[in-house]
Amino acid sequence: MEFGGLKRVAQLRVMQPAQSRSGQQGCGSKGANGQSSCGSAAGQGDLTPEIWEKVKNHPCYSEQAHHHYARMHAAVAPACNIQCNFCNRKYDCSNESRPGVVSERLTPEQAARKVLAVASAIPQMTVLGIAGPGDPLANPEKTFETFELVAKTAPDIKLCLSTNGLMLPDYVDRIHALNVDHVTITINMIDPVVGAKIYPWVFYNHKRYTGVEGAKILSERQLLGLEMLTARGILCKVNSVMIPGINDRHLVAVNKAVKSRGAFLHNIMPLISAPEHGTVFGLSGQRGPTAQELKALQDSCEGEMKMMRHCRQCRADAVGLLGEDRSAEFTAEKIMSMEVVYDLDRRQAYQEKVELQREAAAAAKKAELETLAGKQSHISILIAVATKGGGRINEHFGHAKEFQVYEVSTAGAKFVGHRRVDLYCQGGYAEEDSLEIVVRAINDCVAVFVARIGGCPRDGLIAAGIEPVDRFALEYIEQSAIAYFREYLERVRTGEIQHTQRGDADIRQGALTA
Amino acid sequence: MAMMIKETRCIGCSACVNECPNDAISEQSCAFAIDPAKCTECIGFFSEPQCAAICPIPKTCIVNPDVPRFAVAV
Repeated sequence: MEFGGLKRVAQLRVMQPAQSRSGQQGCGSKGANGQSSCGSAAGQGDLTPEIWEKVKNHPCYSEQAHHHYARMHAAVAPACNIQCNFCNRKYDCSNESRPGVVSERLTPEQAARKVLAVASAIPQMTVLGIAGPGDPLANPEKTFETFELVAKTAPDIKLCLSTNGLMLPDYVDRIHALNVDHVTITINMIDPVVGAKIYPWVFYNHKRYTGVEGAKILSERQLLGLEMLTARGILCKVNSVMIPGINDRHLVAVNKAVKSRGAFLHNIMPLISAPEHGTVFGLSGQRGPTAQELKALQDSCEGEMKMMRHCRQCRADAVGLLGEDRSAEFTAEKIMSMEVVYDLDRRQAYQEKVELQREAAAAAKKAELETLAGKQSHISILIAVATKGGGRINEHFGHAKEFQVYEVSTAGAKFVGHRRVDLYCQGGYAEEDSLEIVVRAINDCVAVFVARIGGCPRDGLIAAGIEPVDRFALEYIEQSAIAYFREYLERVRTGEIQHTQRGDADIRQGALTA
Repeated sequence: MAMMIKETRCIGCSACVNECPNDAISEQSCAFAIDPAKCTECIGFFSEPQCAAICPIPKTCIVNPDVPRFAVAV
């Protein structure tokens, strides 16, 4: 099928690990390269106990954790020291760009109070990140003061930082001293010629550097910062923005370069670009990648190092489970009027319950996977899922703002991405059938799992070749996906259905500027 | 001589404040402002005005047309 000019792309790469699958013991098995085909979703897998402790309840560092644990960002860092062509500083970030609305900037004291308020209201919130709205290390006093306050008042919360890395080498010691366990660096290139197309300028050592010269400085400093952090045992995630035609092939080299410097996780994200955002890329018509383009790149990097696929590209003031932004409940005004009681015991008790849920889901998945043992097939399918969280199929089709996408094969079920379906503004797309938007978003899937679905959308999906499935309502996602896949293989075997190549899909449509 | 910040264009990111060698920049109600009495356009300190070099919004941190300029002492 073709939608909106999307061309049918080459064969979906089959999810088939190199080693033989016979005798597989479910997700506990380790591949020859130490990578469980289920990725970090399988739980500890090949991680050391030390590292597992650091990531198991960080929703960004563990795909499995992101169904159960929440994070918050405190927007205490407004200044930035570089300019990127995908950023427009006049508005909140393009993931949710509303002209005229500015992230409330917080002082460190306000941020600390916000952390307590959120931690009390959302006991499964385990991470405080400082990510913007500018660059945390361009505002070092505000950033570090916030960390200090939070470490004192909410000691069980993990501290996390996301930076462009330009000033990183100067602050590694301070970061380490504050027990900031997790640092993310946005590295979009290691070749300054590529960098010159992404970064118009860099402000360093009292001078504005442009073009290749500026990109070279940024790249050297980023990579040096990464090396220094990993030398101190700090877990580094690398974020890369995939920009078709500029760095899409280059990111394979970036992946190798950051792996060799000890990065723990690589998060390749799609460029978000629309003219309404007023970014250089948006205005010049530079597009983001299609779902298949993104997945193909992520798949090609998977063998080298752990890849993150569940990033929601959230704002510098995001609060909650990934994919469920609750920041509106915690505005500066509301926090001041809230009664904030920080109960460490209650938080720990709640998190213990979450751990039990999570273990139950993993056990169910493992058990279901054993029913696939011995099956040989090159087939893999993508399934879209409507979920509110908790790792269960618990959302109504019509209420879903996004769909999670899982790839299923004889190796198991694996989260591979998500698709937004809520970004169209009132004036433009509202006349367009919202079902069409969903179909474009999940066009590469053979089925969509929901808790409920109405008759009319059900028919529309079937007409588009996507099977609406509600018989697994409220059950665990991965377990259900595997069960469905087993039936799918059977239906293919008996000739009841034909396994055909699905087309491509749109990761996001619309610019949310209303 | 002095730089100025166009109030309607300033997004209040505060990046300029710490870069000023003369402590000339302060926060106003909805933007930042440069004290013309303190600003030397960074002459004597750096090769370019620091506030303009770090400002993310084009045409926002500019030369103040109301303050007389004079040449750098050679």
